[in-house]
Amino acid sequence: MTTLPEQTDKKLGLVIDLDTCVGCHACVISCKGWNTENYGAPLSDQDPYGANPSGTFLNRVHSYEVQPDQGTAQLIHFPKSCLHCEDAPCVTVCPTGASYKRVEDGIVLVNESDCIGCGLCAWACPYGAREMDQEEKVMKKCTLCVDRIYNENLPEIDREPVCVRTCPAGARHFGDLGDPNSAVSQLVKDRGGVDLMPEQGTKPVNKYLPPRPKDALPEIDVLAPYLDPVIGEPKGFLGWLDKALEKI
Amino acid sequence: MNQPKIDLSPKVSDEIRKTTCYMCACRCGINVHLKDGQVAYIEGNRDHPVNKGVLCAKGSAGIMQHNAPSRLKAPLKRVGPRGSGEFEEISWDEAYQIAADWLEPIRNENPEKLAFFTGRDQSQSFTSFWAQAFGTPNYAAHGGFCSVNMAAAGIYTMGGAFWEFGQPDWDHTKLFMLFGVAEDHDSNPIKMGIGKIKGRGARVIGVNPIRTGYNAVADDWVGITPGTDGLFILSMIHCLMKAGKIDLNYLAQYTDAPVLLNCDEKSTEYGLYLRDENGKQLVIDRTTGKLAAFDKPGVRPDLSATHRAKGITHVPVFHNMAKLYLSDAYAPEAVTERCGISAKRIRAIAAEIGRVAFEEAFELDQEWTDFRGETHKTMTGRPVSFHAMRGISAHANGFQTCRALHTLQIILGTVEVPGGFRFKPPYPKPATAHPKPHIGMTPGAPLNGPHLGFVQGPDDLALKDDGTPARIDKAFTWENPMSSHGLMHMVISNAHAGDPYKIDTLFMYMANMSWNSSMNTGGVMEMLTDKDENGEYVIPHIIYSDAYASEMVAYSDLILPDTTYLERHDCISLLDRPICEADAAADAIRWPVVEPDRNVKGFQSALCDLGAKLGLPGFVNDDGSQKYADYADYITNHERRPGIGPLAGWRLGEKGLQSGRGGVNASQIDNYIDNGGFFVKHIPDGAQYYKPWNMKYQEWAVGMGLFDSPQPYLFSLYVEPMRKFQLAAEGHGERQPPEHLRQRIKDTMSPLPIWYETDQQGNEGFTINALTQRPMAMYHSWGSQNAWLRQLHGHNPLYLPTKLMRRNDLTDGDWARVSSPHGEITVPVMEMAALNENTVWTWNAIGKRKGAWALDRDAPEATKGFLLNHLIHELLPPKADGMRWANSDPITGQAAWFDLKVRIEKTVAPKESRPEYPPIKSPVGQGPDTLAWKVGK
Repeated sequence: MTTLPEQTDKKLGLVIDLDTCVGCHACVISCKGWNTENYGAPLSDQDPYGANPSGTFLNRVHSYEVQPDQGTAQLIHFPKSCLHCEDAPCVTVCPTGASYKRVEDGIVLVNESDCIGCGLCAWACPYGAREMDQEEKVMKKCTLCVDRIYNENLPEIDREPVCVRTCPAGARHFGDLGDPNSAVSQLVKDRGGVDLMPEQGTKPVNKYLPPRPKDALPEIDVLAPYLDPVIGEPKGFLGWLDKALEKI
Repeated sequence: MNQPKIDLSPKVSDEIRKTTCYMCACRCGINVHLKDGQVAYIEGNRDHPVNKGVLCAKGSAGIMQHNAPSRLKAPLKRVGPRGSGEFEEISWDEAYQIAADWLEPIRNENPEKLAFFTGRDQSQSFTSFWAQAFGTPNYAAHGGFCSVNMAAAGIYTMGGAFWEFGQPDWDHTKLFMLFGVAEDHDSNPIKMGIGKIKGRGARVIGVNPIRTGYNAVADDWVGITPGTDGLFILSMIHCLMKAGKIDLNYLAQYTDAPVLLNCDEKSTEYGLYLRDENGKQLVIDRTTGKLAAFDKPGVRPDLSATHRAKGITHVPVFHNMAKLYLSDAYAPEAVTERCGISAKRIRAIAAEIGRVAFEEAFELDQEWTDFRGETHKTMTGRPVSFHAMRGISAHANGFQTCRALHTLQIILGTVEVPGGFRFKPPYPKPATAHPKPHIGMTPGAPLNGPHLGFVQGPDDLALKDDGTPARIDKAFTWENPMSSHGLMHMVISNAHAGDPYKIDTLFMYMANMSWNSSMNTGGVMEMLTDKDENGEYVIPHIIYSDAYASEMVAYSDLILPDTTYLERHDCISLLDRPICEADAAADAIRWPVVEPDRNVKGFQSALCDLGAKLGLPGFVNDDGSQKYADYADYITNHERRPGIGPLAGWRLGEKGLQSGRGGVNASQIDNYIDNGGFFVKHIPDGAQYYKPWNMKYQEWAVGMGLFDSPQPYLFSLYVEPMRKFQLAAEGHGERQPPEHLRQRIKDTMSPLPIWYETDQQGNEGFTINALTQRPMAMYHSWGSQNAWLRQLHGHNPLYLPTKLMRRNDLTDGDWARVSSPHGEITVPVMEMAALNENTVWTWNAIGKRKGAWALDRDAPEATKGFLLNHLIHELLPPKADGMRWANSDPITGQAAWFDLKVRIEKTVAPKESRPEYPPIKSPVGQGPDTLAWKVGK
């Protein structure tokens, strides 16, 4: 068993806007690229050119169809990675202390040299956010790009997770959710950001911004004032035209 | 707590090299991080005008493309039968010799025997230059089977289209309306734009039978019936005109709405513009009530007044628009059933776009002067903008549909104004400023001009003296007069049929014609392998260049292996389709950020070598020696006109380096590399909107070398060249269409946009629309061999709407037999609710032939993947007279992929998708069993 810090100095995390995520997978692949080359073991792929290609990803986008009570069906793109929970069950279940939550920023990490690949943390995580690398047999998970966000070899503007840096739609935001005045906290407040599966009691740091209501443009009647005909048929139209032209 | 110490500042890379992505047509700037000389990581370039730092999944997966096991390794000569995939490696010298032995006699005897067609080519200004020097009339790229309707409709109507040609004013638009299935050429900018406007609370309306991608985030989704977009748009035009919610001032000032038309049905000029002795369009000036040239200083064109001269009445174009569009035929109630959209909803959307355009109009405090010399204190913003993806254009009514959309934008006054749609340099550029097609052929000499262009009437058609088609693809003929991009999808079938003539050598680049880039894939494979009575191949020689072991490699005789995009020089040129933004001109390069480790060569460099070996003018010096050592040499030293070269940045002037015009600068490519791989020149304030009519923009464009003198013009709501084709069909003029095409030309070539039902010949019993789209993570890319991307999209079920699933007693994972008038496939199905209720679709080009792309033969792409292409024929079923017409737009020849109608029946699951084809032998072997691609220590 591994203990969690009683509190962390910051609560770094992601705010993901489900209203603008177009499901392009840019975040998925940039994450794969950065984390294959950086933190710990590379993210491997098995049978990459074969019948059952399968690899380690720290971030995946799932797509769900939603059928509202009224109106047409909708498609929601839902990116999912470690939510860096305050009460992270993946940490407390770890038998070796390899999984831990950082005191300074709350990032949940795996110390790969202590990981025995038992997989208990993946079972404990209610979000399915951890993946065992089949090549190295160590547990991999989102590091919130801990090797980028403080990296003095990167320009300051690039010290953010790659998924945030690359997102073309600007649907991903990074910051301190422990600071109520941070831009991300404000965004969560303004847009009614929510926890994923709060009933699990994990207190996730990452937040999701719900999609705005869709298909809300009211259908209008033939006689709706904005489209009131100026006149019925072409000949009358030209009469209207002459008058309208006088005014311009 | 005992936290391990971790390195928070690891070294990121040894070096960053900045070049241009080529994972699709978007052409973003990328930072390629190198460790120990190897590609370690790719990210977006923050300074780049296209992507401003972001990068899509394709771009980030470039590292897997660059290292793909399917990369070709050396020139190949076919040793087995065509289609077997049996090759032997040869040297470049031998490859060039084989090519020259085929090409030299063709050039000296009959250059039309070479058909040179390039696919997803980003060097068309160069490849066309080569083809022109060779002298064949048979050149085009892939636009004809992709989206010529989109490009040509925009250029003929308003001097530019969506995509590379223009973009919404993301900073000011308040309502964005997006039409059409498929991902977008402007892949990252459109995502950035949607994100930006949603962040401000602006709204998006998506019109698309399928609610995926951008339509999934649209505030309102209109699940329209495929092929009826034009009808929906014209109905909105009907509503807006009837309510007077149109920008009369804009129409009068900047469009041909006030231009007078000959109204005498007996006249040989019936329906043509009234022009003055200089050929200028004439209007009535409201101030004087007299005729005046449209551009006369101070003229106030009248949208209403008519003119009678020499017994002939002339009315403004706007009268004809009123007559056509106010007709009840376009009332929402008349179109609702066909479009699958309620009449109330059509009205609601029309009202909303009108409301935003006029009630939310705003003024930018920016003075500007128009081409008539009038100075305006402000710029009026109409914050509704439109964009369309490929879907609306890939129908046989696609040209008129795209025209209708532009007409809608124009009557709202929202093109080239703040908040609306804006052109990117070198656009705006009207059709009349483009070349016309050239077919003047002389053995042993260059063609008399550029192959492709914009016809202005029957005189410009590419017909031989005997009236037969001059081009192998029959572009610019009566069958499809305005085929500005050629018809790549007809080349192989025409060459096989010897109609209009036989060819000797088919030379292609980046075009997977024996698989996903052809209609009637099985038939094309037969045509490529068919032999004549002498046992020789009907298409005698096939030369192909590709970087990867695609399906087409197996069907070629000689392979010129291309490099990956990180190993090559390229220029994304203003002479071609550059990377400009609406407020800046820009171009870019690629350069070898790593050197190839195989015996491969950039295709353009190979053309420099081959051009010199053949002694092509432009590719040899006066003494006969090779002019350009490679493509980089050409990029630097070629001048198309004096002072105008492939790249506009860092040219040499009298006082040093300058932009736009200027002499050759030997260090130009280094200047680009130092600047991050691109050049950008901002359009000055006051020149950023109203570009076609704004003298400050016109003068800036001349200075940049985009054109040689200011050329303000009016938007063509009425496309006069189309009327000229109709006149011919009505019996006027010397060049006459064949009898069987007369009626179709009269019916379809309306100079004002119309909607017509596409040809339904043979569709009885086939009632379901079938579409394809590429996933965002693979659009316009080579995705299926990419180890990372194929994990996202390795399967392509046929998606059926709930109603069709129920009706056919299908559940997810079941299999269905899908048949069309042309063929049959058996494929797995899956339910999708957010889908037009009479439409099915699948991801395109996931299906692969066994043995191709270095994938295992049991890869899901080869066992369960499939193509709809098998259901689509390049010809429609025979008519009563036995004739088969092309499955193309009758105006432009664009391949009508999305006109497909099918029937669906549940069936027992076969072992694999059908049809099944035997494996081809891989010329590169298979990929590895595992990957853990870390290049750093």
